[in-house]
Amino acid sequence: MFSLLNIRIGFFLAKRQIRRSNTWTTVLIIFVMFFTFINLVVVSGILVGLIQGAIDAVRTHYTSDVIISTLNNKTYIENSPEIMNIVDSLPQIESVSARYLEGGTLEANYKTRISDKEKPNTAAASITGINPLAEDKVTNLSKFIVEGGYLTSQDYDQVLLGAYLVEKYLPIESPGFSTLRNIAPGVKIRINVHGVEREVTVKGIIKAKVDEVSMRVFMVDSQLRSIIGRNDYNVDEISIKLKPGVDPSIIRDILKQNGIERVAKVQTYTDAQPKFIKDMVDTFALLGNMLSSIGLVVASITIFIVIFINAITRRKFIGILKGIGISESAIEISYILQSFFYAFCGSIVGIIALYAVLQPFIATHPIDFPFSDGILVAPIGGTLFRVGLLMITTIIAGFIPARLIVRKNTLDSILGRN
Amino acid sequence: MIEIRNLKKTFKDGENTTEVLKGIDFVAESGEFVAIMGRSGAGKSTFLYQMSLLDEPTEGEIFIDKRNMGSLTINEKTYFRLSELGYVFQDYALLPEMDALENVALPLLMQDMSEKKAYEEATEALIKVGLGKRLRNLPGQLSGGEQQRVSIARAIAHEPRILFADEPTANLDNESSRIIMDIFKELHEAGQTIIMVTHETEYSKFAGRIIHLDDGRVVKELLVEK
Repeated sequence: MFSLLNIRIGFFLAKRQIRRSNTWTTVLIIFVMFFTFINLVVVSGILVGLIQGAIDAVRTHYTSDVIISTLNNKTYIENSPEIMNIVDSLPQIESVSARYLEGGTLEANYKTRISDKEKPNTAAASITGINPLAEDKVTNLSKFIVEGGYLTSQDYDQVLLGAYLVEKYLPIESPGFSTLRNIAPGVKIRINVHGVEREVTVKGIIKAKVDEVSMRVFMVDSQLRSIIGRNDYNVDEISIKLKPGVDPSIIRDILKQNGIERVAKVQTYTDAQPKFIKDMVDTFALLGNMLSSIGLVVASITIFIVIFINAITRRKFIGILKGIGISESAIEISYILQSFFYAFCGSIVGIIALYAVLQPFIATHPIDFPFSDGILVAPIGGTLFRVGLLMITTIIAGFIPARLIVRKNTLDSILGRN
Repeated sequence: MIEIRNLKKTFKDGENTTEVLKGIDFVAESGEFVAIMGRSGAGKSTFLYQMSLLDEPTEGEIFIDKRNMGSLTINEKTYFRLSELGYVFQDYALLPEMDALENVALPLLMQDMSEKKAYEEATEALIKVGLGKRLRNLPGQLSGGEQQRVSIARAIAHEPRILFADEPTANLDNESSRIIMDIFKELHEAGQTIIMVTHETEYSKFAGRIIHLDDGRVVKELLVEK
């Protein structure tokens, strides 16, 4: 069937049919193919991007590229100062933030509480001691201030409250979880860590789509150190931001080779992802593919109808072609090439729209999902695979109706007999 | 030479059966110009379609240059039509999206001729029918007579053994019809075998022999005196 001669004649016929066909019809078909392509790539891209946005946010605003954290059986990272020295000596490091973490409770409105029977305005939280400057360099924490201001190193007795600890931002009442009412910058609250109580002022409220940020209380590291009495400078988390282009796994391995693994967990941002996140990525990708498949079926039906109508209205001319000796295969190839042309043009327009407009636009204006800033994930390999899938589907959808018409009796086709 | 033996064609429509050709025997020598005449429904066109391998007879045998056409496969018949036969249809049967030159060149290209040579030969054929200046016109930009001349150019460009014409002047005015028949006359004089169906007595006289069909049978055969 696919002899060079048949392909050559098929191309000759297809080229002339496309060239002389109605421009608007051609544009409309290409438009349908374009939307099919977009549906094929963007639906799954957005679904995966929804999770990827969350993963990226955790990386950018919490773990950074590499995170060193406390072993499960330890309360802090032993020999933290030595580890910090090792980290600081690596040339691939751009910035580092060390954090102290301690569980505690917060209480507001304790001065206006008139009786013990009145429910106290309290919430449990993870108290995080940071060097405000270093933390901001690593995680851009100051960017997430929604009320009040960011901490400075001199801000003693001042804290940043995560928005999910404030009722105004998370109006949820559930057993075992409570948020603080009547909170605003300037309001005094009481912090209790292991029985040590300190009255602090809320300097700002911080809100990010990363739970580790929005559910914590941030204070200057030296103050938390004094509250918990940790004078050995051993910290609980070290987030490491690498210079652009540096592979996090290389740094992880270097740190492990330096023996840090014995006293702390050393993970890249991907290692630190919980398994359910990875499962969710796979689930959403599967869901996206399922939705895209529907698009593919719609595209196949569209091409089938277009080619069928084209072939049936040209049945007489197909008969003439066969009558004057043009092979059936050449005629069928001409329809296959027409389908290919529509799918190719739709895909090219789609690729341009995707990589020149949609992806850059969504990257700069992420979709504001409740738990992530959704981006459009469309790796070039996956996109080309989908283009191939679209091509194959449309070629089959173009071939079948062409075959149905071409195989009809030549004379019946010429004379328009049924 | 074309030889037809006991050719029959029956059409079935549900339980109704119509016998259109009832056993025709016919011979045309190479270089002959035969006109087939008869009243409407006599079976002229059906006879031509069977002879020219565009349709399958119900019964009978067709020999072209002593080769039994019934033994050919569908693909072999297609190739035989492409290389050995030429067709001129009543309604021209040109492809609307191709200009005159492309319409004529297409069967040549299908014979694996190079594009350059195919276009050269197509141009030559179009010049032969007087359309040397309308090569790049689409069928829709040509008059009926001009379209029929393109159709003739397409039919003769590959120098077929037999040229079949089905009422080639039926849709044309007198002047155009005359031009078409003059082309047939020239082709015949150059040795082309032509078998033409017509209902116009005036144009049947261009042929060397006229056969009359009635009710699916040859009822009369006349030699035309020149």
